[in-house]
Amino acid sequence: MTFHLTQGTFSFLLPLSDEEINKQIQYCLNHDWPLNIEFTDDPHPRNTYWEMWGLPLFDLRDAVGIMQEINACRDLYPHHYIRVSAYDRTKGRQTIALSFIVNRPLTDPGFALARQEAHDRVMRYSSRNYATDKPKGERFL
Amino acid sequence: MISTNRMIEPENGAQPDLEMLDESGIDISSVLQESQVMEVLQQLDQELVGLKSIKTRIHEIAALLLIERMRQRFALATCPPALHMSFTGPPGTGKTTVATRMATILHRLNYVRKGHLIAVTRDDLVGQYIGHTAPKTKEVLKRAMGGVLFIDEAYYLYRQENERDYGQEAIEILLQVMENQREDLVVILAGYKDRMETFFQSNPGVSSRIAHHLDFPDYELDELLAIAQLMLAEQMYRFSPEAYQAFEAYLTLRRQQPRFANARSVRNALDRARLRQANRLFARGGKVSKTDLMTIEAEDILASRVFNKEQPENIPNA
Repeated sequence: MTFHLTQGTFSFLLPLSDEEINKQIQYCLNHDWPLNIEFTDDPHPRNTYWEMWGLPLFDLRDAVGIMQEINACRDLYPHHYIRVSAYDRTKGRQTIALSFIVNRPLTDPGFALARQEAHDRVMRYSSRNYATDKPKGERFL
Repeated sequence: MISTNRMIEPENGAQPDLEMLDESGIDISSVLQESQVMEVLQQLDQELVGLKSIKTRIHEIAALLLIERMRQRFALATCPPALHMSFTGPPGTGKTTVATRMATILHRLNYVRKGHLIAVTRDDLVGQYIGHTAPKTKEVLKRAMGGVLFIDEAYYLYRQENERDYGQEAIEILLQVMENQREDLVVILAGYKDRMETFFQSNPGVSSRIAHHLDFPDYELDELLAIAQLMLAEQMYRFSPEAYQAFEAYLTLRRQQPRFANARSVRNALDRARLRQANRLFARGGKVSKTDLMTIEAEDILASRVFNKEQPENIPNA
């Protein structure tokens, strides 16, 4: 089985179609959550800071405007992971309300597990994406 | 276009449902009721004085969209009509007001998805340096998606005297969206008639993409009076009978003067009358009744500088 990155909402499902993405985004906008588009080619689970695609998208009412931005980002970074995050500014919440992946590279070799023997038979583990051996921008091609 | 009626939209096997529908037909009045568009149209008729031709056109558009919706249920070919509009007319004739209503009507008829109005002018679309215009225009267009984009004084977008003006770039982006994303937004251009004519002449592409050219006429005297009374009623004021006469006389004089801006001038005149009324009550002192607070008397209006024959010219907006 090929590797499938599971980060964010809906990531255990099949990748969403554009129509489904559109509906999810509309759901966010209906709740008055501004959205932000981010992309990366270093999908390590601890890498929380992805590159921002422009500024967060405020003041939009309709999902079409955000779909346009997503497609523009896809055009430029077809082999990157792209995610959309919705921010809920309501007092008491003030956090990401929904975040899901909207673009995946065609192939992702997945993660290697590295073991390190430390003192007193202690084992230390780390994971590393095979693709991150290559420099930025040349991964997942 | 989005169809909303789940009951009629066939889930599986389209044929039998359609045939059944074909025989029974759809009741127009039920479709009307469902869309709730009549409320908005009635509101439009009641709250907007005059503007007969505009109202007729809006009714026609509403009818067309409703018929399109019914055709959709019979699975007849539908193509969403282009609804970009241009509103031309003198100042204060209700262009912006109608545009706001238009957004609501189109939303009720399912033509636009959200029904909000984004009102912009040249400043919001055109940038200040090379490469600034496109992102700025696109930003505005993104905000307007699913609603109505209202460009006030649209002729400023094109500056004839300056070939390198960035307005041209904004127009080009606008045209592209008007053509390719018809279902996503409706563009309404507004401005004074003569300048819009020149604008359209120098940008034939814009003119040909606009299906509805609506011309707002100047208001007649009785219409202006009706508007004045509507405005007063909204603010819980009223004219005394003499004040009504005085206001009629005021409008007759004021209309002959330059820079008369129809409903906007009426609003300004009323605002000043309220000012004088407040001053009068204050100067009089003593007890004030509710009627006093509500009534505008003739003297509040007759104090206007319009009646002052000696210096009629150097008044900007009296």
